[in-house]
Amino acid sequence: MIEIDRVTKRYGTTTVVDDVSLTIPPGGVTALVGANGAGKSTLLSIIGRTLRPEAGTVRVDGLDVAKTPGATLARRLSILRQENQVAVRITVRELVEFGRFPYSGGRLTREDLDHVDRAIEYLQLEQFANRPLDRLSGGQRQRAFIAMVLCQDTDYMLLDEPLNNLDMRHAAQTMTLIRQMAKDLQKTIVVVIHDINFAAFHADRIVAMKDGRIVADGSPQSIITPGTLKDVFEIDVPVHEVAGRPLAVYFA
Amino acid sequence: MAAGVSTDIRGGMNRPPRATRWARTIDGRALTVLALALLVITSFGSLFIGVSDVTPLDVLRLDNSDHQTRVFIESRVPRLMAILLSGSAMSVSGLIMQTLVRNRFVAPSTAGTVSSASLGLVVASIWFGSASIFLKMSIAVLFAMVGTLVFLALVQRMKHADIIVVPLIGIMFGGVVQATATFFAFKYDLLQSLNAWINGDFSGTLRGRYELLYLVGALTAVTYLFANRFTLVGMGREFAINLGVHFERVLYGGLCLVSLVSAVVVVVVGSIPFLGLVVPNLVTMAMGDNLRRVLPATAISGAFFVLVCDILSRTIRYPYEVPVGSIVGVGGGLVFIILVLRSRSVGN
Repeated sequence: MIEIDRVTKRYGTTTVVDDVSLTIPPGGVTALVGANGAGKSTLLSIIGRTLRPEAGTVRVDGLDVAKTPGATLARRLSILRQENQVAVRITVRELVEFGRFPYSGGRLTREDLDHVDRAIEYLQLEQFANRPLDRLSGGQRQRAFIAMVLCQDTDYMLLDEPLNNLDMRHAAQTMTLIRQMAKDLQKTIVVVIHDINFAAFHADRIVAMKDGRIVADGSPQSIITPGTLKDVFEIDVPVHEVAGRPLAVYFA
Repeated sequence: MAAGVSTDIRGGMNRPPRATRWARTIDGRALTVLALALLVITSFGSLFIGVSDVTPLDVLRLDNSDHQTRVFIESRVPRLMAILLSGSAMSVSGLIMQTLVRNRFVAPSTAGTVSSASLGLVVASIWFGSASIFLKMSIAVLFAMVGTLVFLALVQRMKHADIIVVPLIGIMFGGVVQATATFFAFKYDLLQSLNAWINGDFSGTLRGRYELLYLVGALTAVTYLFANRFTLVGMGREFAINLGVHFERVLYGGLCLVSLVSAVVVVVVGSIPFLGLVVPNLVTMAMGDNLRRVLPATAISGAFFVLVCDILSRTIRYPYEVPVGSIVGVGGGLVFIILVLRSRSVGN
């Protein structure tokens, strides 16, 4: 369980995350949505302990992320940011192997190698395993990084805008994969998404943020409504039901 | 031109496909073993190059009173060891620095580290003139560390640092430090000493005057243990923290280690230009950026590069010597220009 307790983060005089409390129980996909600058990514970074809040605490399975040793936490919680380095010339396999660093510090055991093989297989990267990251397409590279965090084998995975810069097909594949990981591997996944329709179709729960606060929290059906979307994004969005899910038509 | 410029301060963004040939060809380990064999053979040969005519047979006689044997023990072996130790140490330092700072053109010589060390030596000579070499060296190490951290602070203040601008800042910063050192050296009549620290040279390497380099060799070996951490830090702060690496500790610890190694090399040998820049770039171009894999090859290549340059410096004007720094500077400078041009032109 992830327990966020009255977390506040400021940059200068701007409050980016404002006294947020939230509990995410184990299992399922939780989508963080909101306009640019709403504080979603900042909140995710605070949970993933890459940012320190001015106030408040985050606990993962009872462990305070600000106080627990990094290596301990790295076996329970992983965070994947969008701006991943592709400039480093390493192969897909080397990248995925880094996912085992919290366990063996680089001296890979038989078990580690099994994890690496499974992660590469799960993401269907076998044919690219020995290819350098800078020679992959955007979608392949995204899969390679997801394979790395999968290899890290944590119960909780935080993904910051994993669909950025992906085309329709790869975005849909990635989102399906995320849901599949939550279901098959019992992961608890928190994902920051820009496109609310991806959240509507794939998330179990949607948490909407605005100006650093949580303004709506619930199932896709309860969040993706014209009224709530108006509150969150300040635009009028008609919502239609497609395949049993709400679809926001925000193109007009 | 501008189209190829990355906003990332790291240099690898715009590489031609050619640069990634390593992934599908040769086994890195085989290459490393081959390089090591080549290094051993060349090392052996270098022992018998010099004004005094020493042959392997002379040495085998093991007669200590013999002139040839003494030249061998007092000069040739120390010289070789100094070359191997400083060549590998400076190359590995450059590799670690470019990884940590995330820019391929940052090395101790382009980040103000080396200049700061020589300023430290000038300061030490002025105020602690009679102090032991060890104290002077400690002061040089301290200056090198502070200089490197100042450089890092400068770079971190730049929001979208261009790959070329970062080392440029370092070179300018180093220039200011160097000028300060020259000013004081001029004022206190230390120009000759300063010149010796600026221009690396092995002709003065004798038994009893190079042994500090073994410390450097040991430190270089130790870096292998942290190779993975350095690579992870090079992948980015969040990437490293996610995997449980203490980002700041590794970053600053690594840079201090690099400063320490550079300062000791400056004290004993003098600065060898471009070494920490060129060798790591060529090796990573061929073998990728996983430090665990490229670190041994970088150490071997660095030693080999300096050794070849030193042999050239000894034979080019035989029986006189050209400072090895000049040879490295010419060769390394050319390679550096090619590297910069390549990184700039790709992507158009």
